[in-house]
Amino acid sequence: MQKIGVFVCHCGTNIAATVDVKAVAEALGREPSVAVSTDYPYMCSESGQNLIKDAIREHALDGVVICSCSPRMHENTFRKAAAQAGLNPYMVEIANIREQCSWIHKDKEEATEKAIILGRAAIAKVLLNAPLTAGESPVTKRALVIGGGIAGIQTALDIAEAGFPVDIVEKEPTIGGKMAQLDKTFPTLDCAACILTPKMVDCAQNENIRILSFSEVEAVSGFVGNFTVKIRRKARYVDETKCTGCGLCTEKCPVKKVPNEFNLGMDQRRAVYIPFAQAVPKVARIDPDWCNMLKNGKCGLCSKICTVGAIDYKQQDTILEEQYGAIVAATGYEPIKVDRYDEYAYTQSKDVITSLEFERLTNAAGPTSGTLLRPSDGRHPHTIVFIQCVGSRCTPEKGKTYCSKICCMYTAKHAMLTREKYPDTDVYVFYIDVRTPGKNFDEFYRRAAEEYGVHYIKGAVGKVAPRADGTLDVQGSDLLMNEQLHIRADLVVLAAAIEPSKTARPLATMLTASMDTNDFFTEAHPKLRPVESPTAGIFLSGACQGPKDIPETVSQASACAAKVIGLLAKDKLTGNPCVAHSDEWMCNGCSNCASVCPYGAITYEDRDFRMPDRTTKTRRVAIVNPAVCQGCGACTVACPSGAMDLYGFSNSQIMAEVDAICK
Amino acid sequence: MQVNENETFVPTIVAFCCNWCSYAGADLSGTNRLQYPSNIKIIRVPCSCRVNPMFILRAFQRGADGVILCGCHPGDCHYTTGNYYARRRMTLLFSMLDYLGIERGRTRVEWVSAAEGQKFAETMKSFAAEIAALGPNRRLEDLRCRK
Amino acid sequence: MNHDFKDRIVRMSGAAVEKCMRCGKCSATCPNYGEMEYHPHQFVYMVERGEVERLMASPSIYACLTCFACVERCPRGVEPAKVIEAVRLEVIRQKGQNYLKPDDIPATLDDDLPQQALVTALRKFAK
Repeated sequence: MQKIGVFVCHCGTNIAATVDVKAVAEALGREPSVAVSTDYPYMCSESGQNLIKDAIREHALDGVVICSCSPRMHENTFRKAAAQAGLNPYMVEIANIREQCSWIHKDKEEATEKAIILGRAAIAKVLLNAPLTAGESPVTKRALVIGGGIAGIQTALDIAEAGFPVDIVEKEPTIGGKMAQLDKTFPTLDCAACILTPKMVDCAQNENIRILSFSEVEAVSGFVGNFTVKIRRKARYVDETKCTGCGLCTEKCPVKKVPNEFNLGMDQRRAVYIPFAQAVPKVARIDPDWCNMLKNGKCGLCSKICTVGAIDYKQQDTILEEQYGAIVAATGYEPIKVDRYDEYAYTQSKDVITSLEFERLTNAAGPTSGTLLRPSDGRHPHTIVFIQCVGSRCTPEKGKTYCSKICCMYTAKHAMLTREKYPDTDVYVFYIDVRTPGKNFDEFYRRAAEEYGVHYIKGAVGKVAPRADGTLDVQGSDLLMNEQLHIRADLVVLAAAIEPSKTARPLATMLTASMDTNDFFTEAHPKLRPVESPTAGIFLSGACQGPKDIPETVSQASACAAKVIGLLAKDKLTGNPCVAHSDEWMCNGCSNCASVCPYGAITYEDRDFRMPDRTTKTRRVAIVNPAVCQGCGACTVACPSGAMDLYGFSNSQIMAEVDAICK
Repeated sequence: MQVNENETFVPTIVAFCCNWCSYAGADLSGTNRLQYPSNIKIIRVPCSCRVNPMFILRAFQRGADGVILCGCHPGDCHYTTGNYYARRRMTLLFSMLDYLGIERGRTRVEWVSAAEGQKFAETMKSFAAEIAALGPNRRLEDLRCRK
Repeated sequence: MNHDFKDRIVRMSGAAVEKCMRCGKCSATCPNYGEMEYHPHQFVYMVERGEVERLMASPSIYACLTCFACVERCPRGVEPAKVIEAVRLEVIRQKGQNYLKPDDIPATLDDDLPQQALVTALRKFAK
């Protein structure tokens, strides 16, 4: 006869306010096999856990049921407590009487009755529990970082520093990401390239880091500690091992009118190009959409001029297959397209630009060498209007629902830098709120308004209309003066919302990592586990998890690295013991199970069976590899003979739960 | 099937929820204090593909009036393919049950993600209302189990 | 503050006044801003605060052209034009004249009368 202990938690008033916990403990105490049934205000506290441990020892309990909050919260806590008292940790079941009972019902009688039923179901389940031991799997001590922006770079540097090899996969020909396109960064007004490029060079020189640039992840299989990843190394038509980055080919290339992506199409590059002067790796790339040789077989100038013979017109994509223990998603962000907001005339006037385009215009390495000029006629702008919240904080039909977080600060930066360089230029910022939550952020914004004379106007802009004389008429609200203003602007800058990179969703599917409806990667817990995905072995770094600025990105990147290092430092991982197993006597080797297993955990072996008539028969039976099995249970249902069952969620257990509920 | 003091029919509904998405979604509706009827009890399974048609038949056999299966959205299954199997199995099963006299309204598959606490509560409320309207279920009931 | 008026206005207009984030884009885009004492962003705010009687007494509510530019541009979907329409209807209702029923429309009408005028009349006076 088994002896079960039942422990009902009050959770303060969270449960006790709507569920009569004493009545529950009493009712469950009357169930057969229950040796002790008690209640306590906070079961998860040290004294609560001691209560459980003492009861296990005192009554020699075979199993424990805790009626408390969701098992997703404290299942591990109570399993550890049971283990410390000498009871197998898998002889513990949790009845969720908080999130799925006390918090969702108001009638005390109904809630109490439901809690008792849920308790009975948990008791029925634990009576059929078998003691389980977790299996072990090895850990490949190598990490993969997908994305080579500041987040990916910082994470890779930290992991390498701890002594583990890291691969950075970056889809662009160079690492650096968006930060490489910035001019100065808030709140310190450091030059972005000056603080980023040393880190990029560190990545290139660090013997633990391998940069796989101009490459993309094609397929991911495996599980935590043992991922197999296929990476496509795209053809640049230049041999990376030979190219010295001298740039001769880029000077001689006759195709000069290719829109330059690095400057957001505001100037041109050649068909063979190096993305920017500080690119890492500093290797040229030939754009097959524009190159005459690759399209028509005519030219070949770059190959003739190259002194080391690095040009290879016949280069093909190659696929690399590697093993990793941990994968980091660091795919970053993109500004949204603002064409749909026709009130701002973005598509009608060249002088209406986005903030990132403004950043390139003010950058010394940008299309105008750092002089702020109107894109339409190259004249100096005497009045600039910045418009905030373009595409952010809207209803889902009109744009993004969230606040993009970085725009208030970068607009203050743009405004301040403009006023400093061109004191004769008037700068207006139309805002709804000014959000400056970080360290020294509010002081930064106040400098813009107070010392640099930037005009901050509370109100939105309704319309930007191009005028006949080439300037723009900006019609906006001044809510504090209760007026509708018309400002004649030479340049209008839109603070466009930011969204995750378009590659994020296909990547999330490959990694089986969760995403929210905005395509940001979901974290395992929004407060307590911000850098891990719920999928074990996948970690998150940077803006792919949510909009953030550089200081936050670097913090999170290091936090992510710490988690990865914690994983890679282990020699073995204790697996999930709730795995499938096959009853050899019932299995007929039909292979239904292997065909539905997503992990390839099932193989077949010939086994000898001694029959009742003293003969020996050899049969092919299914064998589950407990290290690979993730415990989904698909095989258990596919098995036609019922030979396959799942530890922890066996057929009899679930049926017992159904019986208890329907009684 | 249960009746309360007022002799009105209170349905017994069993919900199978997958641990990674729908169970988390149920927890989220609890965290947000969104109400739904107490006659729905949830059984946690690792994946929607764990739910054997036998379990659903057992529920009706033991007197349940409605059964709902909740899992991750197609494409988002934690085990990649589990919910696809569940979807196919339940399509066949519910068609067979309908033929046996257990109306379509008594069974449902719903995809709820871990972020959809609101959707979970709404789904449970609407399902409970539908079952209450359909009335008690007598088909397949094992009379030996009736109280 | 009169909540009876506010409840009626909110019900008649179907507008979600609590969604307003005080950005002022509705007023920024209003073509008739200059002719108003109270402006679109104020219509929404005053209704939310229950200051409906002041709004009803103001000539601003008749300066609204019902062009729906504010509805088109509002990032939160608040629909200020519907709020002002509801306030106008409330004024009419207070004066005791309202409720056009389909039966009231004469059987013979001028053939040149645009369909839209009938629809608008029913929309304005049938709530």
